[in-house]
Amino acid sequence: MKPANQLNSQQRWLRPVLIGTGVTLTVLLLVIPLVFIFVAAMSAGLGGLWHNLTEPDMLHAIGLTLFVAGLTVPINLVFGTLIAWCVTRFTFPGRRLLLTLIDIPFAVSPVVAGLLYLLLYGANGPFANLLDQYDLQLMFAWPGLVMVTVFVSCPFVVRELVPLMSTLGTEQEEAAVLLGASGWKVFWDITLPNIRWALLYGVILTNARAVGEFGAVSVVSGTIRGQTNTLPLHIELLQQDYNTAGAFIAAAILTLIAIATLVVKAFLQWKLSRESS
Amino acid sequence: MLGSVANRSKRVLPGFTISLGSSLFFISLVILLPITGLVVQTAQLSWAEYWAIISDPRVVASYKVTASAALVASIFNLFFGLLMAWILTRYRFPGRVLLDGLMDLPFALPTAVAGLTLAAIFSTQGWLGQYLALWDIKVSYTWLGIVLAMIFTSVPFVVRTVQPVLEEFGPEYEEAAATLGSSPFQTFFRIIFPEIKPALLTGTALAFTRSLGEFGAVIFIAGNLPWQTEVTSLMIFIRLQEFDYAAAAAIASVVLLASLLLLFIINGIQQRYQHITGGLK
Repeated sequence: MKPANQLNSQQRWLRPVLIGTGVTLTVLLLVIPLVFIFVAAMSAGLGGLWHNLTEPDMLHAIGLTLFVAGLTVPINLVFGTLIAWCVTRFTFPGRRLLLTLIDIPFAVSPVVAGLLYLLLYGANGPFANLLDQYDLQLMFAWPGLVMVTVFVSCPFVVRELVPLMSTLGTEQEEAAVLLGASGWKVFWDITLPNIRWALLYGVILTNARAVGEFGAVSVVSGTIRGQTNTLPLHIELLQQDYNTAGAFIAAAILTLIAIATLVVKAFLQWKLSRESS
Repeated sequence: MLGSVANRSKRVLPGFTISLGSSLFFISLVILLPITGLVVQTAQLSWAEYWAIISDPRVVASYKVTASAALVASIFNLFFGLLMAWILTRYRFPGRVLLDGLMDLPFALPTAVAGLTLAAIFSTQGWLGQYLALWDIKVSYTWLGIVLAMIFTSVPFVVRTVQPVLEEFGPEYEEAAATLGSSPFQTFFRIIFPEIKPALLTGTALAFTRSLGEFGAVIFIAGNLPWQTEVTSLMIFIRLQEFDYAAAAAIASVVLLASLLLLFIINGIQQRYQHITGGLK
């Protein structure tokens, strides 16, 4: 056995080297880009910032992005909770398969995701006649944007809830049922208070992805200015217009949402760890 | 399997029919039906046509660009993610919490923002690109730019899969090994590595899968030159813009098959891994 102080000296050089390398790489890879976004957004000055922010296409893109996220999040919240309830509260054949299937959107390339919907609901798809009959256009219109966004962001809520609900077990809920509580009451009074932070965490992640989705949305959007152009797509249009400052202003708005997401996430993780201990 | 008795006793809780019903409805409508649509569309092609599309030299060049960049990016993230997971769990230093939070930035930041920003920073006049240009290294609008974009977007995978395992494992074993005279490298390869191997493998495979499909970040920085810096996702996009839906579907079927295969492999590793940690508890 070696004395403790000799042990420390042996490893003393390792600690600063590892921390130094990790911090340097993080600064180069993550911090500098983050700072650059805001510097570039301010490159046209306050006047340029105001001009770009109040431009009708920019305002429409912001509004459409919020609208799409506003529809996507509740859909994935409700179905995500139902799926999590189903796979953690009951055992049935095919349970594991169900969990693998819900992971598919994370594995699939966003462009492929968009294409899947375009093939199915587009002008050449199997439902083209039916949709025509009722004069419904899903692709290259807002419903298509919502559909692909639901697809790409649907695993988040499930993924946050399943591990927690499996760990929590079902004793409390079963006791409530045996005491005569209705299903809804059990969920509302017993389950929800236990899972609320994880649920909110799932919602935050769903929202971040819904707001920022690019690949899937660009396939089904057609990027019609002032109509089907979401904020991430607007970045590309502005860049193609050589309006670099404008592109970075749009990017900075999305970055602020991302930073807010990270802050709320850190808060929720702190809450979760405090409640579980 | 304990059989139907166990199943029935589990179903004290209400909502089995409605939750299973709505789960199946949602998964069928949102995930399975669109995939079937792709299969049907692809099946309309003859084998010869299908093969001609997916083995078109320009498309094959895009497979090579995508796979090689994704491989390099995930190997980088294997080491970087391990390093970050290690310093975040084993050392206490000022700014650690901030550093920990920053690791999630690539997931929170839209990919288009990442691509736009990296392309500007690493261009030959950019904040970092100008120094690399001194050594004649060009990042933006080259294959290296694709690698960089893929590295950025998949940073959190390895960190976030390895970190909980290192936290659970605790430093006691390393301290014991060191006390018994093992060098830091011996300790790492004999004690720590076997324990984190499944998580490391899962994280790297997830990063690789994500990189294969990455589009938003990549197209801003890749330059998108045919044969040189076109990724496969972009090939699908280009075929769509040419209204060649059949070709887009055929190439997409290759990508989809590759990602589903990877997903099943990852789930396989995770199940084995759950089994191992389950034994520890």
